[in-house]
Amino acid sequence: MPFKRKDLLGIRELEVHEIEHILKIAASLKEINTRPIKKVPTLRGKTVVHLFYEPSTRTRTSFDIAAKRLSADTFSISGSTSSIVKGETMLDTLKNLEAMKPDVFVIRHSASGTAHRLAQRTPASVINAGDGMHEHPSQALLDMMTIREHKGRLDGLTVLIVGDIAHSRVARSNLWGLSKMGARVVVCGPTTLIPLEFDQLGASVCHRLEEVIPEADVIMVLRLQKERMQQLLLPSLREYAVVYGINASRLSKAKSDVIIMHPGPMNRGVEISPEVADGPHSVILDQVTNGVAVRMALLYLLGQRQESSGTV
Amino acid sequence: MLEFEAVNTLYRRGRIIDPGVGTDMTADILVLEGRIIDIGPEIDLGMDLQNTVKEVDLRGLWVTPGWVDMHVHLREPGEEYKETIASGTRAAAAGGFVAVACMPNTKPVNDCAAVTAFIRKRAREEGRCHVFPVGAISKGLKGEDLSEFGELREAGAIAVTDDGRPVMNSLMMRRALEYARNFDFPVISHAEDLGLAVGGLMNEGRVSAMLGLRGIPAAAEVAMIQRDVTLAELTKGRLHIAHVSAAGSVRVIRAAKARGIAVTAETAPHYFTLTDESLVGFDPVFKVNPPLRGAEDVAAIKDGLADGTLDAIATDHAPHSVLEKDTELEYAANGMIGLESALPLVLNLVKEGVLTPSQAVAKVTINPSRILSLPLGRFKKGELANLTVINPETAYVMDSRTFQSKSRNCPFDGRAVQGHAVLTLVDGRPAFSRLER
Repeated sequence: MPFKRKDLLGIRELEVHEIEHILKIAASLKEINTRPIKKVPTLRGKTVVHLFYEPSTRTRTSFDIAAKRLSADTFSISGSTSSIVKGETMLDTLKNLEAMKPDVFVIRHSASGTAHRLAQRTPASVINAGDGMHEHPSQALLDMMTIREHKGRLDGLTVLIVGDIAHSRVARSNLWGLSKMGARVVVCGPTTLIPLEFDQLGASVCHRLEEVIPEADVIMVLRLQKERMQQLLLPSLREYAVVYGINASRLSKAKSDVIIMHPGPMNRGVEISPEVADGPHSVILDQVTNGVAVRMALLYLLGQRQESSGTV
Repeated sequence: MLEFEAVNTLYRRGRIIDPGVGTDMTADILVLEGRIIDIGPEIDLGMDLQNTVKEVDLRGLWVTPGWVDMHVHLREPGEEYKETIASGTRAAAAGGFVAVACMPNTKPVNDCAAVTAFIRKRAREEGRCHVFPVGAISKGLKGEDLSEFGELREAGAIAVTDDGRPVMNSLMMRRALEYARNFDFPVISHAEDLGLAVGGLMNEGRVSAMLGLRGIPAAAEVAMIQRDVTLAELTKGRLHIAHVSAAGSVRVIRAAKARGIAVTAETAPHYFTLTDESLVGFDPVFKVNPPLRGAEDVAAIKDGLADGTLDAIATDHAPHSVLEKDTELEYAANGMIGLESALPLVLNLVKEGVLTPSQAVAKVTINPSRILSLPLGRFKKGELANLTVINPETAYVMDSRTFQSKSRNCPFDGRAVQGHAVLTLVDGRPAFSRLER
């Protein structure tokens, strides 16, 4: 009973054995990416549609490469929220695409829950590539894969997530996933960027970095978006960098084998200093590499859904 | 108004619940030419009436004054694709209501005599129940200039509100409360601090944190009610708080009433029936403003109904078509229909032991009638019969496809409920009936 779902919408609804299965498949597919000919015929004849309603370079490219390395046909639809204002919603677009009989939709959208709405409407598989502030499951999976590669385990680790927790789908998906896998998740950031209720959701909440940095096996740094100032959540980027930025001096208080992660794109000098981002503890590029493997695993598991067996 | 003839009927042995006069007894009720002639045990028709008056046995059924929904959106003029006065009042009658008060956020806004007069004309021509227009506090609901309350009153408006939007300017709210006193209008407050609510899609709390949906804190409502009761005390104006959803709001209103401030309040069935957990599937049918709150708020709303802090239950019937509702949650309109689902949900409060039958009936009859100064909500001999006959036991599964409303944004579809309207008499005429003819 490894993975029977039609869709991959979030980590919150996954069972531990499903996460294990995805990570196992991802680990076995990763090798393809190092071959001279980086292509296998697994999804030949399958159609993967990338529906990106929000700007994305990394995730979109990663999914596209993953699909192509599995020999799927891919095409991309970019939408902007302005077309929604004009009256065309994602669901309108879907009806048209539906007629072209795709096998998998990969969707990124600025509104939380949109992947769920899409999944209810289509017989095709849906992979959530990030919905608003809700979930970013493939990111959490590639993060778990990366942590496990470096630490050998997830169980028993302390993972510190620093930054704008309130608005972060990455924080949420990692909180669900890492908690399920036995890690302790500590979220740290200014009080305006962590909802009061987060401690009821399984996270330890902390607002002083110096208290938690020494305990961390992993420090996951989140991007700070500039519009947070307009929302009166922060007085300035400068103050954020001073109080919550991860820099070399802060890192000197951490465990010697701590790893630094960032889902990208980074604001160097704000949430993370360049010497930390490029330093020896950083595994940020490993995350990107593993992103392709995890997305290949997801496309493989969902794209193969109708068939009795498949080989890699 | 109604194509049906006035009834000549002796309704036998129904349970007559009339909280306005303190009645809860099994009795007969005689309606001749549409007027209530007599209420009492074993009414004797006498020889001359026996042949002309029909007798209907109502054993096991409730007979209450006609239900009054003091907060609905009929969408006409301007958004007739969502609802019309004809369809909305048909829905009302089917739900047991003999009267509705319709909110002014139509297109154009009901901020002048011409629009009020139009609504009343359409109601006379096509309405299936009484329609009482509520005028706007501010012209165009813009919160800048006061509407002409005197002219609205003259044309038939019975209250004022900017419902759908709060009156953010405190001076405007002060003046509205003061000026409304000239016309004995209650000022109905849509209490929401827009600064605190900005961008919110659901209640702020554990569920919004989990789902990554921007929250609207209960404080956005509570703080505004606090302001409004303070202004009501200052001005001696009559304040009515619409669609109370939060525990903190109940506390503020309770304290204001204890101080003798002239404030009344309503809540809606969804606020004592559903919680913010409903949003977990991101279904826009559960998107409403104020938003569905937590379980502790639902408990506080029930307490507020039980101790009288919340005077009335109104549906805030807010029809929307698939255009507004069948979208991503973020872009979907707020609101749910309620006219045809309210009755069993109100009765459920009795089953749960929250309210007595008489208390429950008061929340939808005498109390809203008193707040709006309507000549309805209790039985009086000689008056045209406005009454609702209810079967409190009928069990069924809610299905909005069977509704009279033009819209289908009902959050209770699929819910097993008990109780429905059997007969709705509006001015002595059957506006809705499940009785065999």
